[in-house]
Amino acid sequence: MRVAVPVKASSAKTEQIILFRVSGQLFAVSSASVQEVRSADSMSGAATEITVPGLRKVRQVLRRGDRSLFIVNGAMHFGLHAAEGALLFVLRKTRTALLIDGIEKMTAMTRLQALPLSFCHEERRWYRGLTALDQTVVPVVHPEGFLSPEELALLDAALLESDNTAAAVPEEADSAQ
Amino acid sequence: MTILAELELQSFVLLRLGERRFAVPARQIAELVAPSRVFRFPHRTPKLEGVILRRGRIVPVCDASEMLLGKRLTSRRFYLIAVRNYGTQKEWVAMPVTGDCELITAEMMAASESDAPHVAGWLSHDGDVIEVLNLDTLTPGPEQAIVEAAGPQAAEAQP
Repeated sequence: MRVAVPVKASSAKTEQIILFRVSGQLFAVSSASVQEVRSADSMSGAATEITVPGLRKVRQVLRRGDRSLFIVNGAMHFGLHAAEGALLFVLRKTRTALLIDGIEKMTAMTRLQALPLSFCHEERRWYRGLTALDQTVVPVVHPEGFLSPEELALLDAALLESDNTAAAVPEEADSAQ
Repeated sequence: MTILAELELQSFVLLRLGERRFAVPARQIAELVAPSRVFRFPHRTPKLEGVILRRGRIVPVCDASEMLLGKRLTSRRFYLIAVRNYGTQKEWVAMPVTGDCELITAEMMAASESDAPHVAGWLSHDGDVIEVLNLDTLTPGPEQAIVEAAGPQAAEAQP
C-alpha cells in the first residue's frame, strides 16, 4: 500500500498522525512521514540479511535500485520485548523501514509538546515530542531518529563488504573452472 | 562589638519520603496533587518513571526516593509539582511523596562543601535537622547526561 502525502489540514494547528504499536506500546508518527505501509511477509522475499556487530536492531536490508532501506526492528530500537513485527513503515526522506506490530488508527493531533528536558538521553533523538490524545500521552517519533549517521555509516560499510564478497565469489568460481 | 545575625526566614514545604522528612523552598513548589495515572513510554533516562497530565501540561515524574533513602518506595500519597531550572528555562517536575506535607517558616543554614550535591542547605524544625533539597541536582537534566556519558556504564532502557 502506498500512502499518499496528506493534503494540508484546513487548520494549521492540526497534524495528521498514525498511531501504531510496537511490542504493545503506543506511538505516533506524522502520516506525512510515512511513504508506504507494507506487510512484513510481502517484503521478506525482497530483503537480504545484514549483520553489524552491536547493531542488532537491523537484520535486513531492502534494495530498491541503487537505494538501500534498512529494516529497523522497532521493539529492539526502543528496548522493548522482542516481537515479530507484522507491518513495515517505509519512512519518507530516510533510509529506514520500521518494523511494527500494527496500526491502531489514524487521527489528528492539535498540540505537540516538546519532550520535557528531564528526558536527557537517546529519547531526545527518538521523539519529536509528546501529545495528549483522549487522556493518554503518546510519544511522537522522529522518522530520522531510528538510525544515527554513525549507525548508517556502519550499515553502509557492512553492505559494501557484503557486495564485495558476493562479487568475489563468481570470480573465484570462474577461475576454478 | 556584637554582631547580630540577621534572620532570613523563608517558607519551605516539608515532605515525607518513607521515614524521613525533607524540605523544598516553597517558592519552587507549583502545587501538590493526588497521584494520577503515570503514562510510560520507552526512554533511557534513569529515575524518570514517565509523565502525568496536569492542567493540560505533560509533567515528568521523577522518583528521588532511591537517591535519598537508598531504596525505592512504591507507595505514594501525593505528587509534589516543583519548578526545575534548566539554565534559563524552567519546567515542572512531579516528585512522588509518601506522606503529608507541611508549610513552615524557617531559617536555612547553607550547605557545606562536604554535603551531597542534592543538599541546598539545612534547617532545624521540631527538634529535627532537615535537608533542604536542591531539585536541580536531584532530578535528571542535560547536565547529568553529560556526566553519565563520561562514565563507564551506559544507561539501561526503561520500559
